[in-house]
Amino acid sequence: MKKNIFHFFILSVTFCWHSTIVVASIDGYVFSNGTLEKRYQTLNQLLRCPKCQNQTIADSNAPIAKDLRQQIYKMLESNYSNQQIIEFMVARYGEFVRYQPVLNKPTWLLWFGPIIFLFVAIFIISMLIKKSKRQTTVGFSADELKKLHDIENQL
Amino acid sequence: MQRFILFLPVIIFLVLGFFLYRGLSVDPTKLPSALINRPFPMFTLPTVLNGDIKTERDLQGQVALVNVWATWCVSCKVEHAYLLKIQNTTKLPIYGINYKDNNAKAQRWLETYQNPFEFSLADQEGSLGIELGVYGAPETFIIDKNGRLQYRYAGVITEQIWQDELKPIIDKLKELD
Repeated sequence: MKKNIFHFFILSVTFCWHSTIVVASIDGYVFSNGTLEKRYQTLNQLLRCPKCQNQTIADSNAPIAKDLRQQIYKMLESNYSNQQIIEFMVARYGEFVRYQPVLNKPTWLLWFGPIIFLFVAIFIISMLIKKSKRQTTVGFSADELKKLHDIENQL
Repeated sequence: MQRFILFLPVIIFLVLGFFLYRGLSVDPTKLPSALINRPFPMFTLPTVLNGDIKTERDLQGQVALVNVWATWCVSCKVEHAYLLKIQNTTKLPIYGINYKDNNAKAQRWLETYQNPFEFSLADQEGSLGIELGVYGAPETFIIDKNGRLQYRYAGVITEQIWQDELKPIIDKLKELD
């Protein structure tokens, strides 16, 4: 059973990785040089499909993703820089179109939240450990020991 | 401190509960348009019915609706009836953008189902669509009399959407005139 789950995991990981590679080259644009094609693939991975929100435009088969890929192709061939192309998309589709959000005021919690939570957790756990240690090392006071002794003698 | 730790699970529960509850009512497909308060993008496109060439200047002058539609868009058919009603009752100019469509089909559509639009632009390549950040149909924009984009609604306009969401904005823009 365990082995089956493991196989399933390996297979799904393989296919996930595989599918992005296959879809990425589906449009068959002919680029005037190889670097443009590489930049095209990179840009496709950096932009989100507005219709199918958890996919990049490289992963998506939605018509709008196809149109945006075509737009990128056209802009690359007309010598736009990567930065210019991304800004073109953000100006029209909003910040949302970046697959990796930029670090700014509304998104800092998104970026640093996990680290903050980690520190809070470490703080709480260390407090708890400290407290439990204190409790185990504290023994009986002299007074209490005497009382204990008395009770033992009485038995 | 001791007390505080006792209440920690309740606090965590409340914080989680707050976000999960909000998550129920937030619509992830509702995206803010990046173009609000910006001038309508420049374009030069022919109309669907007679091929007249129009530019962004032809949309200026009055508060108006710009509606993105297509014959391949099933829900546009539902919306079409309501656009006719808006046009009949309010006399608000409605401009159409016939998005990535076949022109003959679009002409037939307007003849069969009547035409609520002042004119429809034939955006066959979807280039005006990209300029407007359109990612599907139907989508509707409200523009002010200077042709600036003031609001974007993605989805079918219904009586409720019209009364609660769009009409108040249009009334406000008209008051400003």
